[in-house]
Amino acid sequence: MAQVVRLLFALKSVWAVLAALVCGSFLIMLAGSDPIAAYTALFHGAFVDYWGFAATLVKTCPLLLAGLAVVLPLRAGLFNIGGEGQIYIGALFATIVALYVPELPGPIHIALASIAGAIGGALWALLPAILKAYQRINEIIVTLLMNFVALHFVSFVVSGPMMEEGAPYPYSPEIPLGLFLPHILPRTDAHLGVVIAVVFALILYVVFRRGVAGYTLSTVGENPHAARYAGMSVERHIIVSFLVAGAFAGLAGTFEVLGHRYRLFHAFSQGYGYDGIVVAFLANLNPLFAIVSALFLAGLRSGANVMQRAVGVQVTVVEAIQGLVIIFVAISLAFRYRAGAVGQFLARRAAVEAALDKPGGDGAALDKPGAGGAAP
Amino acid sequence: MIDILFDLRLLTDFLSTSLRLSVPLVFAAIGGVLSERSGVFNISLEGMILAGAFGAAVGAFFLNDPFGGLLIGILFGMAAGVVLAGMGVSLGVNQIVAGIAINLFVLGITAFLSRIVFGAQANTLQLPGFRAFSLPVLSAIPIVGPVLFGQDLLVYVMFASVLAVHMFLYWTPWGLAVRAVGENPAAADSAGISVNTVRYACVIAGGAFAGMGGCYLVLSQVFLFSEHMSAGKGFIALAAVILGRWTPGGAMLACLLFGFFDALQLRLQFTYQEIPHEFFVMLPYVISILALVGLVGKPQPPAAVGRHYRREAK
Repeated sequence: MAQVVRLLFALKSVWAVLAALVCGSFLIMLAGSDPIAAYTALFHGAFVDYWGFAATLVKTCPLLLAGLAVVLPLRAGLFNIGGEGQIYIGALFATIVALYVPELPGPIHIALASIAGAIGGALWALLPAILKAYQRINEIIVTLLMNFVALHFVSFVVSGPMMEEGAPYPYSPEIPLGLFLPHILPRTDAHLGVVIAVVFALILYVVFRRGVAGYTLSTVGENPHAARYAGMSVERHIIVSFLVAGAFAGLAGTFEVLGHRYRLFHAFSQGYGYDGIVVAFLANLNPLFAIVSALFLAGLRSGANVMQRAVGVQVTVVEAIQGLVIIFVAISLAFRYRAGAVGQFLARRAAVEAALDKPGGDGAALDKPGAGGAAP
Repeated sequence: MIDILFDLRLLTDFLSTSLRLSVPLVFAAIGGVLSERSGVFNISLEGMILAGAFGAAVGAFFLNDPFGGLLIGILFGMAAGVVLAGMGVSLGVNQIVAGIAINLFVLGITAFLSRIVFGAQANTLQLPGFRAFSLPVLSAIPIVGPVLFGQDLLVYVMFASVLAVHMFLYWTPWGLAVRAVGENPAAADSAGISVNTVRYACVIAGGAFAGMGGCYLVLSQVFLFSEHMSAGKGFIALAAVILGRWTPGGAMLACLLFGFFDALQLRLQFTYQEIPHEFFVMLPYVISILALVGLVGKPQPPAAVGRHYRREAK
């Protein structure tokens, strides 16, 4: 019996998704369509149809990378809600290298542009990390505000300095043909970026499970005072985790340019950075499950177009369903078999804050990790 | 640029624009102050503004009356507050996660429902709204008069709200209870205050205020609903709450500062038309970040903010 209960709890993300889909079916009825037909069209279009599945893979790439950008800092108990901004700045850096560095052999130029994109995203994440580590300024608000700065900055760049001449609306010139990412499924848009994203998810999983870096990062999140006592720098872990997270998000933007759009468009991301938060929590902050949850959310998005054509329900219903998914996932966090993984990580945020308040402090004033953030 | 300081009419216009741009921020920030003072971190102000804006549009559309819009808008803002309180206070879900979930949910559901409710006319609609009216005598004062006393109803409501929340928090026993719950819920509980009731009330009232901010956007500024029209105002308000040290008056001043810079960037757009306007649009966000960074001394949030309170774990 206990095992059955444990299994039911373990599957709570699945229940959350099902609950969201059931609520979503009411929305579809509200729009005057048959939910069964709509969902059939959606999931067939997203996962069964060859071209549809390729379209799903195209969207999986930025969603998965943006999800990893949320998962990683949460290991140390910190929220990176700046994925959206990091995506834009990453894409900007990559486009600059793609357009203005004299043409190199394809693979080298692609690698260079990708590194530039990762650096761009990392730099955009650096400021909130420094402010958090050394000034105790709320990283959530700073990353959120910086998203808007990045969005408008990229809009400025592609409607001014980098705008294609005579373009009807703001976008940059097309990148050279040699920089297009290779396709992985013949005759489709699915590009190499998704493979790289999955590889990063696997690497992150292994690092969390076995790596020293994963262990110290968890220690910092779990018990910053002990981490400090053992000679680990809490500040450095915060900064490094944000840098790597920013690099992931930057790559998400990079691959959108190199693999999918081949130009830098104004407002191209349409919320991938925020959807990354949904990916991360739906996956219970596990990089391996993040692959599945990114694939699922990407499927929702790509299947939505098929559904609109088939039964005439607006694509925006998917945004509503996605909103329902995150609401139900959040609610499901309240139901845990002993302490859920998410609860533990969130408790770490409170502990890290306490540690930052007393740099070098001894263990005597230690906040119990369970005392804040989330219920133990 | 400097010329506006010497031209009375331009200066009045400029200050009046600053005030109008800060109104939604002030409403949201009051909501933020209330809920954070009771110990509930409220990142969902953004979603509450958007919910309020959508409610205002729906109400004004169906009831064909700005007051109907205001009512429905406030109700929608409160509904978002109920969801946040339900998750963050009763269920003990991490308040940041709950807030983010509400923001994303409201974003999606309003985008979907606005297409259903308003259909193709969504962007051409002209909803009934509030018009500016001048208070007699007071509005005759040079500069200050037209700026402060030549506005529409919601602006006066905003000033009254700031005053009311200030008086509530510092002059009444209920306000003391709210602050006690936010600082030390266990002590407040021992004193016979129901922690969860206070938090529910504050978060829902906060939702009502933030919803009014959304109402102002629709009923006084643009007279239609557009997807994601809150555009980060809730997050700027959140920064204003910190900058104003969790006091209604301080938060209002911070919002007025942000509104001033917003008006300034509009003015700069107009003056330097050769620079793409996107460059100026990001200024208010930059200023908000700079304000947080340049804050003198460490901000001291209410001690229990963001923490779920459980009696057994006292």
